[in-house]
Amino acid sequence: MAPGARPVLSIRGLRKSFGSVEVLKGIDLDVRARELVFVIGPSGSGKSTLLRCCNRLEEPTDGSILFDGIDVLSPRTDINAVRRRIGMVFQSFNLYPHMTAAGNVMLALRRVLKKGRAEADAIARAALARVGLADKAGSYPGELSGGQQQRVAIARALALEPVAVLFDEPTSALDPELVGSVLQVMRELREAGMTMVVVSHEMGFARAAADRVLFMDQGEIVEEGPPAQIFGAPRHARTRAFIEQIVRH
Amino acid sequence: MTRWERFLDTFFNVEVMARYLPKIAEGFVVTVELALLVVVSGLALGLLLAVVRTLRVRVLNALIVLYVDLFRALPPLVVIVLVYFGGPAAGWSPSGFVATWLSLAVVLSAFAEEIFWAGILAVPRGQWEAARSTGLGALQTLGWVVLPQAVRMTVPPLTNRTIAITKGTALGSVVAVSEILSSAQTAVSFSFNPSPLTLGAAAYLVLFIPVVMLGRWVETRFAWKR
Ligand SMILES: Nc1ncnc2c1ncn2[C@@H]1O[C@H](COP(=O)(O)OP(=O)(O)OP(=O)(O)O)[C@@H](O)[C@H]1O
Ligand SMILES: [Mg+2]
Repeated sequence: MAPGARPVLSIRGLRKSFGSVEVLKGIDLDVRARELVFVIGPSGSGKSTLLRCCNRLEEPTDGSILFDGIDVLSPRTDINAVRRRIGMVFQSFNLYPHMTAAGNVMLALRRVLKKGRAEADAIARAALARVGLADKAGSYPGELSGGQQQRVAIARALALEPVAVLFDEPTSALDPELVGSVLQVMRELREAGMTMVVVSHEMGFARAAADRVLFMDQGEIVEEGPPAQIFGAPRHARTRAFIEQIVRH
Repeated sequence: MTRWERFLDTFFNVEVMARYLPKIAEGFVVTVELALLVVVSGLALGLLLAVVRTLRVRVLNALIVLYVDLFRALPPLVVIVLVYFGGPAAGWSPSGFVATWLSLAVVLSAFAEEIFWAGILAVPRGQWEAARSTGLGALQTLGWVVLPQAVRMTVPPLTNRTIAITKGTALGSVVAVSEILSSAQTAVSFSFNPSPLTLGAAAYLVLFIPVVMLGRWVETRFAWKR
């Protein structure tokens, strides 16, 4: 599905410092509806921080973020209302260990969207079915494989019908044989037209699914372009060096 | 009398025991009331303080830490005596029962706050982030995600501490609360025979063995599959 013209996420001059260390040095980024933007870059380049600024898990130092027309950084914005419309998937899943898979998905449906038990349960089951885990609704995270846990986490994000989903290295904590199942879910999401920003080093997936790849280094977007260009013919020396290094692994 | 007979007469004089059983039973009821009040109010106050501490308001946190350190350092008996004998000087004359209850509750709350707080800190940051990223507020995250996990982790140390402090209800005997120990001591001074103390000890066992067992049950009940 071709990306729409309307930017869902519009970031301008985004800066973030931790103490005296500037981790994001003026990021400009537009993500259009139904677009899948891939973000790569060396460890410590600020990829996670960029994602976490989008829903203010990290408080930016400067800049502006518009999400679906809402000024995310305005003090008048109800940040919880914004957050429930931006899905977030973490490297370490972060499932609630004391709740079943269905309970994990239902929590925000019940407490944020204030849905009744029956309705929340039905939505949770549908979301779990969507990630291929209809039969695991009653399982606790500890009883699930890493790949299954990450798919529950994706279901938890999807159940709130987000406008966009941010993925922070969704497969890098997984054993290699479990990566495929998570990527499969992400591929289906993309085909369904979900707007996604994905931090990951799964190059095969990026080549097949990404509209655009950004290369970040030292808090800046060094280069961006279609996957074929970034992986095949990078313009900047830093990008080239990084691509060579991950290809070798 | 043989030694053995003297031993039996001293600690297990059936006639004396039978005579003072009703008094000890009354003391038992008082101890149970006191213990329940201490446990409920002490744990509730400790939890409340730990929750307030998560708001990370500097001044409040400094006060909480001061309170916690103070009442963890003071021997419970000192607190009880201070409240009971010092209270009237400040224009407040609590009964021995109230003085013991409040003192032990405050001491328990100080330990409980510290234990709850350690439990809250032990919940990984990712749990907060996951919950907040779905739009849950700070207190909702605390209530639905963090505290259920924190409380599970804290059940063993909390049970131990609660039992230890609840046993301090015996200190009420110093300020004229007719709980188990004080009833037993009174009985001893009337009967010139220590057997009521044996009865008192038995009463403590009857009270606390089920509590210890309940603690163990709660521990297994609250464990979840990881
Ligand atoms: N809470 C924090 N306090 C201080 N420094 C931080 C904090 N979070 C991140 N940093 C620093 O910010 C920089 C960027 O971190 P970030 O996690 O965004 O990088 P990344 O590109 O996601 O790296 P990785 O590939 O290792 O996940 C790093 O130098 C990191 O040490
Ligand atoms: Mg990262």
